[in-house]
Amino acid sequence: MRDLPIVRIENVHKSFGSVEVLKGISFAVQPQEVVVLIGPSGTGKSTLLQCINLLTRPTQGKIWLEDQEITAPGADADKVRQRIGMVFQEFNLFNHLTALGNVMVGLTKVQGLKPAEARKKALWELERVGLSAHADKYPAQLSGGQKQRVGIARALGMDPHVMLFDEPTSALDPELTGEVLAVMQKLAREGMTMIVVSHEMGFAREVAKRIIFMEDGDIVEQGPPQQLFTQPQHERTRRFLRRLTDFASSE
Amino acid sequence: MVPLDKIIFLFEYLLQGLGVTIGATLIALALGFALGTSTAVIRVYGNRFASTLAAAYGTIVRAVPVIVIIFILFLVIARFIDLSPFLSGALALGFASGAYQSEIFRGALLSVPPGQMKAARAIGLSRFKAIRFIIMPQALRLAIPAWSNEATLVLKDSTLVYVIGVPEILRQAQYVSARTLQPFLAYGAAAAIYLVITFLVTRVLHMVERRNRLML
Repeated sequence: MRDLPIVRIENVHKSFGSVEVLKGISFAVQPQEVVVLIGPSGTGKSTLLQCINLLTRPTQGKIWLEDQEITAPGADADKVRQRIGMVFQEFNLFNHLTALGNVMVGLTKVQGLKPAEARKKALWELERVGLSAHADKYPAQLSGGQKQRVGIARALGMDPHVMLFDEPTSALDPELTGEVLAVMQKLAREGMTMIVVSHEMGFAREVAKRIIFMEDGDIVEQGPPQQLFTQPQHERTRRFLRRLTDFASSE
Repeated sequence: MVPLDKIIFLFEYLLQGLGVTIGATLIALALGFALGTSTAVIRVYGNRFASTLAAAYGTIVRAVPVIVIIFILFLVIARFIDLSPFLSGALALGFASGAYQSEIFRGALLSVPPGQMKAARAIGLSRFKAIRFIIMPQALRLAIPAWSNEATLVLKDSTLVYVIGVPEILRQAQYVSARTLQPFLAYGAAAAIYLVITFLVTRVLHMVERRNRLML
């Protein structure tokens, strides 16, 4: 018997007004699995992530986090979010707090740790992403890659059961994406369950256990990277991958 | 040549008035701060009903001259509850300032990028805690320049409580002027005192602003 999935999504729909962004998405993510969502922009990948940690409510469908249906009425969204780490494209570091403060705030204000304990834990999380030397710097004093690593440390501090990455390297200069991807790769090796929206095909190929290709609010095709990249079953997948390689080789 | 005893008399009275002016201003600013921050949060994050109510407070109070608010509080409300002229004057100033401070803090709240709230909620902070620990600290820093302007306006508006007999600087100056028949000396000294405190307040707040500047 397989383990209980960490996240299970069942027929999730999301509409903004008359525009249906998600048209009935279903999939499950197993413990320690790394799933990479790819697809053209505007196909609802980010919306899907935001549904998973309830920053957006699905219009229809159900989502389970382990054995709890989080879309059920009465589910405590704040409690659910503590078990889900989220990393944003735009980092969204708290501008008035240092790197250390960014990681500490959730520990003291959500988990209720004492400042000394929170500090110790936060420093350890910064160490994990290789930034303990920058603990006292403010976001404005950090490079984009460093900011995103602080963002990862902030999410890790809450001991999440699953991490969501919403295009974590898209706002970075190309030479800074490597340090962030390296941290993510390390997390994957340590057994973190991850759902990643990304255009980094190299990362997807190496780290993902499964790739899900989405287009127009629907899952077109999914499978292990080597299968999806080498023998895509659908014409739409082939077209998307071709565009990506054309783009990459024209750079 | 103005005799020395008149100058001593002048300062004795004006310094008493200075204490009253500073007291009324501080009470007004504190009340205005409490009203301003809370109504601003309600307007930006509250439900529609509460938000409409908070906005109405701002619109109405800003449409009424401060002196009218002072009269209403002193002549109407102070008949039902025991309020000294000093306290009713200070509270009226604070009630008025709250409406202006509400605008200042509302603007500041709106200029905190929306991603900050998202990220705060994503680590499991409740909406209230997110506002309290993430949004407000940033909004307050952004509000300092406009708030320091409001502080000097309240300081100068505090002269209005003169109409209900509160012995603040202007009232004392008028008294001294009548007693000594030296209006230029009396009002000149009053003006000089306002100039000095305004200057000091502006400098101090500017320093606070520099120390707490939000790097973006």
